[in-house]
Amino acid sequence: MTQGRNQITAWLLLLPAVVLLAAFTHIPAVMTLVNSFYNTPRGARPAKFVGVSHYTDMLSDPVFLAALKNNAIYAIGTVPVAIGLAMLMALIVNSSIRGKGLLRMSFFLPTILPMIAVANIWLFFYTPGYGLIDRFLGLFGFAERNWLGDGSTALGSLMVLAVWKEAGFFMIFYLAALQQISPSLGEAAALEGAGRWYFFRRVTFPLLMPTTLFVLINAIINSFRLIDHVIVMTRGGPDNASTLLLYYIYQTAFRFWDTGYAAALTMVLLALLAALAFVQFGILDRRVHYK
Amino acid sequence: MTATALPQPIQSREHGFWHAVEVIGCYLLGALWILPLLYAVWMAFHPAEYEVRFDLTAPLTLANFVQAWNAAPFARYFLNTFVLITVILVSQFVICTLAAYAFARYDFRGKTLVFMLVLIQLMIMPEVLMVENYRTMVKLGLVDTVWAMGLPYMASAFGIFLLRQAFLTVPKELDDAARVEGAGPLGILLKVYVPLSRPIYVAYGLVSVSYHWNNLLWPLVITNSVSTRPLTVGLQVFASPDQGVQWSIISAAALMTSAPLLIGFLLFQRQFVQSFMRAGIK
Repeated sequence: MTQGRNQITAWLLLLPAVVLLAAFTHIPAVMTLVNSFYNTPRGARPAKFVGVSHYTDMLSDPVFLAALKNNAIYAIGTVPVAIGLAMLMALIVNSSIRGKGLLRMSFFLPTILPMIAVANIWLFFYTPGYGLIDRFLGLFGFAERNWLGDGSTALGSLMVLAVWKEAGFFMIFYLAALQQISPSLGEAAALEGAGRWYFFRRVTFPLLMPTTLFVLINAIINSFRLIDHVIVMTRGGPDNASTLLLYYIYQTAFRFWDTGYAAALTMVLLALLAALAFVQFGILDRRVHYK
Repeated sequence: MTATALPQPIQSREHGFWHAVEVIGCYLLGALWILPLLYAVWMAFHPAEYEVRFDLTAPLTLANFVQAWNAAPFARYFLNTFVLITVILVSQFVICTLAAYAFARYDFRGKTLVFMLVLIQLMIMPEVLMVENYRTMVKLGLVDTVWAMGLPYMASAFGIFLLRQAFLTVPKELDDAARVEGAGPLGILLKVYVPLSRPIYVAYGLVSVSYHWNNLLWPLVITNSVSTRPLTVGLQVFASPDQGVQWSIISAAALMTSAPLLIGFLLFQRQFVQSFMRAGIK
């Protein structure tokens, strides 16, 4: 077989994937950049070049700034908690506790369900006065609250749901990592009389580090991507208290039909994701050497 | 995979009170996690007046499911979702298999660059580019079709990566043996590589099905009629809080739309968990 024929075969095999990736990832990404410098065409008026004005507008756009701030709070608030719980869950279901199959199922089940379905159920839990949370807190004498309708609790309520939904998913990665830790390490530690907490701190936790980094990046990416619960539960409200970046893009593009500005917003999100990608590839590279 | 429990140094010495506290803590966390779902099941199977009145003698009923089913065209939504995930899964298998084979077993100019371009999609998911992708679908005249929902996901970077890893582990001798017998590239792929990678296909299939069964944002943007809407979008339309639907009916609808995945999970729990593990270990 000649070298040239090999080249042709390889490219023919790649053709469908390359065409689709170009059409729905690369070209749109470039077009988003181009369009972010134009305003939105309206009716007969074509799009006009506006330079970086969308970007400068953003700096004084209170909704954009709120979305950015909310997304940061959302990520900083949910990611460490979800990861910590995931690690704990993995340790539990990897221990010799009875009924661990049932426990694993309990932890993992929320992950399997559509976010839209669980968001609808949680919408009920958060109902002021009537919902499960207010009923429960009422037992201890707490006043009823409009969890989703109050600017000070709306984002937090979404975050609780996100942690509940995602922790079980991250647990799976930790479980995989735990099962790769050699049992002889534990035996050696036991012989030396090391306590369990000591063993976790000095052996298990460091060995889980690569997994933690991997999960961390993916969790942050998810925090920018998953907005189904925002759509169902708060629609960004009240008064943009729970708007996340992708939700604001969705709103700008498909509620206000301002595609030019939406393109500029998308570029901000892409820049954030690119920065994360950069970190991830760096980390994954090191992880390969680590093994 | 054998679940080798992590050895617990000096466990026996600390038996007693604290051990019991710890075990109870574990069960409490598990209970806390499953409680929201159990509550949804409770609401769905009981009349509306028991929504907030927990009473073990409350009569069981399927009326909520019947009402939900009749209040929206769920049969149509189920069909749409089924068609959507079938189209996506079959296309992903074909497209990703071909590309993964090229990356695993061919040397060609620009290979590294093309591979990097593929991996970009791991970070930039199609829903992030929804504004441009919507425009593309308008140009192609595909808005409100199954193809519009599926096309952006078919060349999945994740699938290409996963299958490439699997193909790289196939011994080259098998490849050579098939070639000696006169098999062409596609023949070798189908007779050697695909059968040897079956577990990876199962893993990828489960991840893909659950992802697209649950996907909301892009289908919400691109569909606007009953005849194309998948279950997630249908549920979103049905259960908007301003529609005045009862919670017990919303719970029933939510459980109904997740039921196939739930049942699938209960039946294939081990495979599900392992597939997610496999999908995670890159």
